[in-house]
Amino acid sequence: MAIERAEAARIAQLARLAISDEELDRLAIQLSNVLAFAATLDQLELGDEPLTAFAPPEAALRRDEPDGRTLDAEAAVANAPESEAGFFLVPPVVEDLEP
Amino acid sequence: MSASEVWSLPARAVAERVRTGQLSTAAAAEAGFDGPAARWERDVHAVLSTDRAARDRAAREAPRSGRLAGVPVLLKDNLCTTDHPTTCGSRILGAWRSPYDATVVRRLREAGAVIVGKGNMDEFAMGSSTEFSAFGPTRNPYDLARVPGGSSGGPAAAVAYGLVPLALGSDTGGSVRQPAAFCGVLGLKPTYGRLSRYGLVAFGSSLDQVGLFARHVGDLAEGYAVTAGPDPFDASMREGPAPDVSGWAGGVKGLRFGWPANLWREGVDEGIVAALERAAGALERAGAVRVPFEFLPGTFAVATYYLLATAEASSNLARFDGVRYGQRAPAGDIGDLGELYDRTRGEGFGPEVRRRILLGTYALSAGYHDEFYLKAQRARTRIAREYAAAFARCDLLLMPTTPTPPFKLGEKTGDPLAMYLSDIFTIGANLAGIPGLSVPMGLAGGLPVAVQLLGPADAEPLLLRAARALEVDGRTGDLAKAYEREFTWPGSR
Repeated sequence: MAIERAEAARIAQLARLAISDEELDRLAIQLSNVLAFAATLDQLELGDEPLTAFAPPEAALRRDEPDGRTLDAEAAVANAPESEAGFFLVPPVVEDLEP
Repeated sequence: MSASEVWSLPARAVAERVRTGQLSTAAAAEAGFDGPAARWERDVHAVLSTDRAARDRAAREAPRSGRLAGVPVLLKDNLCTTDHPTTCGSRILGAWRSPYDATVVRRLREAGAVIVGKGNMDEFAMGSSTEFSAFGPTRNPYDLARVPGGSSGGPAAAVAYGLVPLALGSDTGGSVRQPAAFCGVLGLKPTYGRLSRYGLVAFGSSLDQVGLFARHVGDLAEGYAVTAGPDPFDASMREGPAPDVSGWAGGVKGLRFGWPANLWREGVDEGIVAALERAAGALERAGAVRVPFEFLPGTFAVATYYLLATAEASSNLARFDGVRYGQRAPAGDIGDLGELYDRTRGEGFGPEVRRRILLGTYALSAGYHDEFYLKAQRARTRIAREYAAAFARCDLLLMPTTPTPPFKLGEKTGDPLAMYLSDIFTIGANLAGIPGLSVPMGLAGGLPVAVQLLGPADAEPLLLRAARALEVDGRTGDLAKAYEREFTWPGSR
């Protein structure tokens, strides 16, 4: 299973990662090697094997806020690169919007 | 008692002295810093952050009556703490400071332990050598040209050279057991869902487990007893109380241990094969019974893991986007929010994290999801069944922790697949959700060698009893004594 450079670039875009052309070339080869290795799973003939289940059937319903412990707004934005009045600041999402 | 004597005490002996007033919490916490760290930390680089004021404050606040009174503990830097930074070995978190302590950290503090700092790690726990830390590698205290293993290499090395008697790591594919083996200390990966992960920064959520390092089996049991058990803040925990490990010295008479010798017929270092034979002999002398059988080769587990863990990582690490916390790419020429994400993540994550996010994104992407992700989920079921079948025939499995002794720095960083294959014996336990314990078996060629014990879910008491049998057996003597005798200080070269 060989990954082409263009495919690696498409995946990087999906993953929201800015990656240099030089690194994309290297990554395409490395990912191809790992995927070729992963193909060894075909030897296990997994046709009717069920998918691994994560949620045990007995998993109990829990309250959303155990013990009422929550983060207040001030603490929530304390680590933000940019914030103002309890809000996170980001570059414009929608521009040139006519009223 | 001088600092040089205190640092080498077992955690339980430190706590006993603090409880009876023979030792202050501050003196207990500082012993490793006054002694071994002053000599070796600069070379080994096990610690990412610590400071005297924070240690003093923690020592003052530590209850003097707890099970771990005054015991200094180093935490892998992906466990959240309010009094130290939490970097995950990455630049992307910048100066982020957690607003809360992880549950396991809170439990350690309540038991009297003093959190002395944060240990080095591969970025976001992705690596097997600690070379992928954004803050420089940790070196193996037995040979500074070699890696300490990873991803919890800092905590493992710190326990090995004597900074602390107890440390916490996380184990997603072997990240506690493999560095424990490379550094000649004990490393326990508990049953999935037995130690709370509230406050552990997520990597592969169906695989991640908080684990422990120690030099003495009894210390490991004490650390487990303090940290394990239900937590309403972690919805993935097993129901009911954690197993009682107080019988860790109870012996192994009649215990049946599996001996899947086909796994080390080739590709495993002869010093490690010899350690396996010694361990089996010791267990038999203690009254256990060897049960030979064939087991599924670990290559399938590695292939499965690197599809599932990366898929989960690509999702978990989506939260690092430069908006709510951490580092943000410089505003300068950034046009829109999408570019902010791309640049922040591209610049903030290191090479191995970028590689794994890409692999995981690919395995989950339209058109490849069935071929890779779903197939790996089916393989995971098969592997878990293989372990279940083994445990129908024996109580524990004995196998290598690693195929080789510690490798040299730089040896595998250019070849991701070679690095991934160093986890060939540890990954299965994470896929199956079962506990595993790496036990040091002395040195071969001057480097630590180890064996691994695996058991079914909640077999921690059995694993500790078997490890104790190895600890007290005639050949190794007390593990810690062997450690004191055999350890070659890096600086004594």
